[in-house]
Amino acid sequence: MMFLLKLIIRNAFRHKLRSILTVVGIAIAIIAFGLLSTLVGLWYHGVEASSASRLVTRNAISLIFPLPLSYKDRIRQVPGVKTVSYGNWFGGIYIDEKHFFANEAIEPKSFLELYPEFILTPEQKDAFLRDRKGCIVGKRLADTYGWKIGDLITLRGTIFPGQWEFVLRGIYRGAEKGTEERALFFHWDYLNETLRKTMPRRADQVGFYMITVERPELAAEVSQAVDAIFKNSLAETLTETEKAFQLGFVAMTEAILVAIQIVSYVVIVIIMVVAANTMAMTARERIAEYATMKTLGFGGWHIAGIVFGESLVIALSGGLLGVALTFPAAHWIEVELAQFFPAFSIAPLTIGLDLLAALAVGVTAGIFPTWRGATIGIAEGLRRIG
Amino acid sequence: MGMGNNKPPIVEIAHLSKSYRRGSQTIPVLEDITFDIADGEFLALMGPSGSGKSTLLNLIAGIDKADRGTIRVGGVDITTLSDKELATWRSANVGFIFQFYNLMPVLTAFENVELPLLLTDLSRSERREHVELALQLVGLTDRVDHYPAQLSGGQQQRVAIARAVVSDPAILVADEPTGDLDRVSAGEILQLMDRLVREFDKTIIMVTHDPRAAEKARIIRHLEKGILTDIDGQPASPVAGS
Ligand SMILES: Nc1ncnc2c1ncn2[C@@H]1O[C@H](COP(=O)(O)OP(=O)(O)OP(=O)(O)O)[C@@H](O)[C@H]1O
Ligand SMILES: [Mg+2]
Repeated sequence: MMFLLKLIIRNAFRHKLRSILTVVGIAIAIIAFGLLSTLVGLWYHGVEASSASRLVTRNAISLIFPLPLSYKDRIRQVPGVKTVSYGNWFGGIYIDEKHFFANEAIEPKSFLELYPEFILTPEQKDAFLRDRKGCIVGKRLADTYGWKIGDLITLRGTIFPGQWEFVLRGIYRGAEKGTEERALFFHWDYLNETLRKTMPRRADQVGFYMITVERPELAAEVSQAVDAIFKNSLAETLTETEKAFQLGFVAMTEAILVAIQIVSYVVIVIIMVVAANTMAMTARERIAEYATMKTLGFGGWHIAGIVFGESLVIALSGGLLGVALTFPAAHWIEVELAQFFPAFSIAPLTIGLDLLAALAVGVTAGIFPTWRGATIGIAEGLRRIG
Repeated sequence: MGMGNNKPPIVEIAHLSKSYRRGSQTIPVLEDITFDIADGEFLALMGPSGSGKSTLLNLIAGIDKADRGTIRVGGVDITTLSDKELATWRSANVGFIFQFYNLMPVLTAFENVELPLLLTDLSRSERREHVELALQLVGLTDRVDHYPAQLSGGQQQRVAIARAVVSDPAILVADEPTGDLDRVSAGEILQLMDRLVREFDKTIIMVTHDPRAAEKARIIRHLEKGILTDIDGQPASPVAGS
């Protein structure tokens, strides 16, 4: 047994260049597969992180139309509603478009109540609540720009023109890995008071209401009740769970996600074909050796083990190399492409899928040569020499 | 019939036929071959290319299947054995020597010789003993850790002979064992084979084109178009040892 193992390993790396190229090819395919799977997973993860007991109410026509501030008190009176908060997508730009991150004007007290996963120290929370021009940012965002408490952050308004200055009062951490840590939140009042002076017609309007219900089961009931109140009013509402709200975003990209997923599988299929070709070529060259072993009394199973083992050794070497390199690759993405992803970390499941894919490559590539080696007639095999 | 010596036959072939199918065509290769090979014989099988020498050798060695006829080796009719039984039978009874040595390139000389012993229940140390003995016999004790690519053709063939005799089979089959060697190396290999017959009582069946090789044998059989023409190149009596 040890002997066969020795034979398998030596066979696998007999043609150094060919084996190395195959291993590297498989490794690259595995890296691509792992990263693409992670990417797709991340997209949905944002949705999963959202709470089922949180609702979002927006203008029924479109996200870009606002709702009157006066709706707040009427929503609060709906039975089952626990907390109501509100906000506006601000869409401010820091330095230039390339430095994109989410920034919203929100009502701080209710907002922090609604989102307990944004963790602030009590001192920073107080400081934020007290300073009308204060803002808070996620830890990852602060790290990106090296911001410290007390720093002045200037955003250029797009939806709301002008230069907007905020004082950094808090840096929050996400309670979970999927929590958005690359966002900036500031006082809705600051936005609204400025608008009152500069564009009074746009004042007292909110982009969306955020609602928590007392129990998740009430979500559907409360949604209907809220929308019923504003039926036939000037601004009809659409209330849905935060999850559904986020899925609305995701749905737009669904087709792209499916395409990415397909590409990740295609990559594996391609490497399967390439590896199968290499293994077939290798086995063909060694037919006379296999026949010689059979001549000496080795059985079809021995030969099958040697051929299949070699295929597995090569594929799994590629798989392990790929997994090992996936981590630095993911880290690079996390750092360099930070503005696009909340956190780009490789899940254990992805590693499992990586190795499974490598195994599948080994099995598929090995099947035909194994069958061939196991069943070839000795006399026929021996004729293949010279 | 051309019996080589007075010992009883170790191989008895009767009415052996073999043909190959190529597409819809059937090509007869061996036709109704009947002959015996005595125990301890050194037999050379000669004949033009394509006459069926290798095919006959393969049938006797149990690595190919006959269409008709019987091949009794040491009293066992090997044409009735299954593939699995044949494999076991071969590993115990036949040693193989090939024109191109057929060594495993990734195994050292020692490991190549050890290969057939892996199918026995010999312990590691017993295997080592056998392998060393076999390598000693072929005079390669100083090359045990060399890979085939690091050995000359003659040396490789000697490793192959060590591999063929390491499990102590009664019969050795050799298909053009000197076909790829220069004269000196070929001479050494033939010398070695002659020793195996005389000192170790092996029976050798050797296919060859080389008259020099055939000369070493004690008996020569000719095959032409699948039929033994039975013109012995040498008298049907043991060659006196020299
Ligand atoms: N697997 C096979 N399929 C078809 N034909 C075969 C096969 N093996 C052998 N033959 C044919 O059988 C005939 C005898 O072949 P064989 O190899 O026994 O000849 P040989 O006497 O050993 O020749 P050489 O001296 O060239 O080695 C040849 O015509 C060959 O083409
Ligand atoms: Mg031949």
